[in-house]
Amino acid sequence: MTRDPAKLLYAETHEWADVSEQDGEKIATIGLSAFAIEQLNDLVYMDLPEVGKAVSAGEEFGEVESVKAVSPLYSPVSGEVIEVHTDLPDTLDQLNDDPYDFGWIVRVKVNDASNLSQLMDAAAYAKQCSEAG
Amino acid sequence: MNAPLATTPLDPWHRSAGAKMVPFAGYEMPIQYSSIVAEHQACRTAAALFDVSHMGRLRFDGVGSEALLDSLLTRRVSDLEVGRVRYGLVCNAEGGVLDDVLVSHLETPSGQRYHMMVVNASNHEKIKQWITPHVADFPGVTMSDRTELTAMIAVQGPKAIAVCKKLFAFDPNRLKYYHAKITEQFGKPVILSRTGYTGEDGFELVIRADDAARVWENLLLVGRDEGFAAAGLGARDTLRMEAAMPLYGHELGETIDPISAGLSFACNLEGRQFIGDEALRTLKSAGPPQTRIGLLPEGKRPAREGCGVLDSTGNPIGVVTSGGPSPTLGRPIAMALVNTADAMGADFQIDIRGKTVAAVATPLPFYKRR
Repeated sequence: MTRDPAKLLYAETHEWADVSEQDGEKIATIGLSAFAIEQLNDLVYMDLPEVGKAVSAGEEFGEVESVKAVSPLYSPVSGEVIEVHTDLPDTLDQLNDDPYDFGWIVRVKVNDASNLSQLMDAAAYAKQCSEAG
Repeated sequence: MNAPLATTPLDPWHRSAGAKMVPFAGYEMPIQYSSIVAEHQACRTAAALFDVSHMGRLRFDGVGSEALLDSLLTRRVSDLEVGRVRYGLVCNAEGGVLDDVLVSHLETPSGQRYHMMVVNASNHEKIKQWITPHVADFPGVTMSDRTELTAMIAVQGPKAIAVCKKLFAFDPNRLKYYHAKITEQFGKPVILSRTGYTGEDGFELVIRADDAARVWENLLLVGRDEGFAAAGLGARDTLRMEAAMPLYGHELGETIDPISAGLSFACNLEGRQFIGDEALRTLKSAGPPQTRIGLLPEGKRPAREGCGVLDSTGNPIGVVTSGGPSPTLGRPIAMALVNTADAMGADFQIDIRGKTVAAVATPLPFYKRR
C-alpha cells in the first residue's frame, strides 16, 4: 500500500489521519507529517499508547522526542486505539524516509466522527506549513 | 514589552546557511544548521565552528586590575602569567554562583597588558552591574565592555589545531591548553585561546566584529575537506553535556554553590579573601548539601532537566539538571544534583514525566577524548 499524502486529513498539530471504513466502522490510521518530522529533526524516542486506550481529538496520546526536546503527539480523532506500531520507537531513523506508510503510529476506531470535519485537507495543511516555515 | 533581540556579526551568514534561529539570552542564535547529531559528530571527528559572539567580553586595564579581580573571583588572578587563562567563579556573599568565567592575561604587540573576562551571555549585564561599583574602589582600573565591538568563534575538534594552523601568524599548536595569545590573521588582530566547551581540543578566538564573516568563512574553507562544519547551540549543549561541563542555570546558579556543583578545584580558598570566601569555607568544611552526579537512565527515553531523582526505594533525593540523548554513546545521559548523603547510592530512579525509569550512577565526564 502506498498512502498518498495529498488524500489525507491533517490536524493543526501536524498529525495526519487516513480514515477508512471497515465493517461499518470508521478506522483512522494516524501518523506525523513529513513537515513535522523534518522540523523535529534527530528523533530519538517515541512514547506510544497501549491498545485499548481511549483517545480524544486534540488531546495528547503520546510523545515524540528529538535530541533537543520533547513534543506531544495529539490525536486528530476520538475513539479507541486498536493497533499500535510498536516497532516504530526502535526504527525512528526510518520515519524521515517514509512518514506516510512505514511511519504510521496508531490505528483508532473512531467513535465520534463529528470532529473529522475540523481537520484540514492537504492543501489547507500545506498552506499552514508554508506560513510557519 | 520585551527588548528586541540582538544579533551577532555572523547573523547574515547563519541565515544564508539556512540555520534555524532561536532567541537565546537576548540574542537570535542558530540552534542548528542541518542536524544536531551531524554537527555533534563533526565536532567529535573533525571540527565544528560555533558562533559564541553572544558571550560577554569585559576588558580590565590599569594597575590594580589584578587586585580587583582577586577580590571578586574564587581563584587568584594576580599570579596569572601573561599568556595564561584561568577558569573561576564570581560568587555572592552566600557562596552562590553569579557566573562562571574565563580570565585571560594578555599582552598587545606594543607591550600593553590587560585582563579579559569572558562571561555567560545570560549573565553579561548582571556581572557588569556587579563589578561596576567594585571598579570604583580601585583607582586607575577601567572596565570596558568589548562585546559589541568584537565577535567570538570557537573551533573545536580533533583536527581543529592542525588544520587551522595555516591561518594564523602564530601556530596554535605552540599554545598549551589554557594559554592565550594575541596574534594576527591576514594583518588583523586576533585573540587566540586554547580553550573550549565541548571536551575536544581546539581554540576560541576573539576578533573585530567587522572581521567576523571573513574569519568564519576562512576557517570553514580551510577545514572543508577535513569535515569541518558549522554547529549551533543544540550541538554545543549535547557536546558539553557529554563532557560534563556545568552550564549556568542548570548545574550552576545563585542558589547552587560551587562545591555542590563539583567545582572545588575552581575555589582557591587558602589565604585568600574574596566575596563569598567565608561561605565557601564553611561549605567546604561542613560538606555541601548537594552533589552533582552522572546518571545513565535505562532504555532509550531521555531524562530531561527538572525530572525528579529518587533513591532505590522511591524517596525523592534530587533533580536532573541536564539530560538528553548522547550522540556519541548512543544512549541517554543525565547530570543531577542530589542530596550529598544519598549520592553514593548505586541504584537510582528517575521520574520521567510520571514514569519511573531505573538509572545507575556513572563517573563524570560521560565522554573523554583519547
